[in-house]
Amino acid sequence: MALIDTINPLLTTGWAKGDAGWSLKDYEARGGYKQLRRVLESKMTPDDLIAEIKKSVLRGRGGAGFPTGLKWSFMPKAAPEKYVVCNTDEGEPGTFKDRDLLRFDPHSTIEGMIIAAYAVGAKRGYNYIHGEIFEIYQRFEEALDQARAAGYLGSNILGSDFSFDLFAHHGWGAYICGEETGLLESIEGKKGQPRYKPPFPANFGLYGKPTTINNTETFAAIPFILGMGGEAYLGLGKPNNGGTKLFSVSGHVNRPGNYEVPMGTPFAKLLEMAGGMRGGRKLKAVIPGGSSAPVLPADVMMECTMDYDSIAKAGSMLGSGAVIVMDETVCMVKALERLSYFYFEESCGQCTPCREGSGWLYRVVHRIEHGQGRPEDLDLLNRVTDNMMGKTICALAAAAAFPVRSFIKHFKTEFEYHIENKKCLIDPEVQRMGSGFFKAGAA
Amino acid sequence: MNTHNAMLSPELSAAALRKIDREVAKYPADQKQSAVMAALVIAQDEKGWLSKETIAAVAGYLGMAPIAAYEVASFYNMYDLHPVGRYKLTVCTNLPCALSGGVHAADYVKQKLGIDFNETTPDGKFTLKEGECMGACGDAPVLLVNNKRMCSFMLPEQIDKLLAECK
Ligand SMILES: Cc1cc2nc3c(=O)[nH]c(=O)nc-3n(C[C@H](O)[C@H](O)[C@H](O)COP(=O)(O)O)c2cc1C
Ligand code: SF4
Ligand code: FES
Repeated sequence: MALIDTINPLLTTGWAKGDAGWSLKDYEARGGYKQLRRVLESKMTPDDLIAEIKKSVLRGRGGAGFPTGLKWSFMPKAAPEKYVVCNTDEGEPGTFKDRDLLRFDPHSTIEGMIIAAYAVGAKRGYNYIHGEIFEIYQRFEEALDQARAAGYLGSNILGSDFSFDLFAHHGWGAYICGEETGLLESIEGKKGQPRYKPPFPANFGLYGKPTTINNTETFAAIPFILGMGGEAYLGLGKPNNGGTKLFSVSGHVNRPGNYEVPMGTPFAKLLEMAGGMRGGRKLKAVIPGGSSAPVLPADVMMECTMDYDSIAKAGSMLGSGAVIVMDETVCMVKALERLSYFYFEESCGQCTPCREGSGWLYRVVHRIEHGQGRPEDLDLLNRVTDNMMGKTICALAAAAAFPVRSFIKHFKTEFEYHIENKKCLIDPEVQRMGSGFFKAGAA
Repeated sequence: MNTHNAMLSPELSAAALRKIDREVAKYPADQKQSAVMAALVIAQDEKGWLSKETIAAVAGYLGMAPIAAYEVASFYNMYDLHPVGRYKLTVCTNLPCALSGGVHAADYVKQKLGIDFNETTPDGKFTLKEGECMGACGDAPVLLVNNKRMCSFMLPEQIDKLLAECK
């Protein structure tokens, strides 16, 4: 089980009992569905509800950090058929928070989605769940049955005139379905190829109808925001970076896992919560927001606080909150080779710059790693990324380019060493022992 | 019902069709195609893999063109368009997992089974696949058994135990 620790538990309050605390009665015992009841019984207007979310400055937790209240306000009021969709297609390498949210506390996401549906006037919703987490999908379906039986879903919820039903859609292994319009195509039973935007989902979404789509963690935060008030939630973090955030810490730390901390918490504190560096080794680099975010060298990272603005100022992105920690045993060329392979493998192939560019990036990094690099390869890589960014239907092309540019920028000597000496700067045996898979001394 | 015949005929069993009906009911009445992903999973679970004929049978049941169902089956990584072993093991080797032994776990399984990625053992028992991020990087090394069962912290002893369990 993923270890957890927290400074200010909100989203993770329900995780304390592990797998024993997810069901409806547990959620109700900790105050669950109280906010939905309050909204419906007080006949709060959708406008007031959205205003409260705006006050919280909740920013989308799926990667782009778009203000949630503002997104909801884009939904056309008059449209007769609208949808709310949750993005649990968590496939961004390094990210594993939405899985644990649905595993330990699925009802907070369900309650958040029902409240969102009330705010935007949707009668039907879907949660798109990552293909590889079947057990979580099953649990979510069970949670939906519980919510339906208790009258939180269905017709005339809690005796009001508001009706909404919610279903789970299971993915089957395609990273690109995390992109919101690829996801909508996928729910429609097609290949998950992203759509041109505009029109945005708020106008043309699922089945061509207005649709609000948010990340799991975004929805899960809604009941807590209403419980404490938008302003108080904002106050937990720092201005323009409201609330708490889940960080999935992976890689070379002693206790990989999810950690909920207030926005603005120093990275050094997060690293300490995750048990510090494995084997007491030295921090080399961190990818602070999922594999698509630019890598930062240790000294830059140690000065950052964990919020959108601080990480952006340092030249990267908070993204999904996936913090990938690398120590001195890592060969940066090999690390980049694996990431480049991922984007090449997952490009949906619609746009030439992405389809061809991601292949070029992988092949050139691959040949550098395998001792066949040429002196002009680093310029070539940068040129290929120039031709990918901003020229495609979706952001996957940029996501493939960012790691390449940032790895070369910050660790250029390691790439040059590879090209000149046709081998890693880091001794292969040191690399091998870094993963912790082999016991010291074993073959 | 004779399971052997069910495996050979492209037709789906009544139980599988009932499961597909449950999926269809999640979507608006005029959007049956939305259930195609789930229907293909149900078909794959029953047949072991998806032949063109099985895919066409699913398409027929949902009233969509066979090519539209085939496009879906070939787009998503977890559909098997060729026969696989009784146990399909998919090991995540993406960077966050690799930092904690994902690649080494895959190497270990390869060595134990004597096969490479995308190969099946001669007895038809195991197929090995390389996977992308499964959203479980904190539990690395992770691997999936037959798409649905996730195994965490797969160090050598755990891998040995898992392989021994697979009958
Ligand atoms: C290639 C790609 C992959 C993405 N993967 C995810 C994902 O796994 N989960 C997610 O919530 N958002 C993902 N996004 C972002 C979504 O498109 C969208 O911005 C998000 O779901 C909106 O929710 P939010 O405003 O609550 O963050 C991805 C975007 C791109 C371009
Ligand atoms: S940028 Fe890449 S993944 Fe995105 S739509 Fe174009 S080809 Fe597909
Ligand atoms: S990188 Fe392996 S599960 Fe995420």
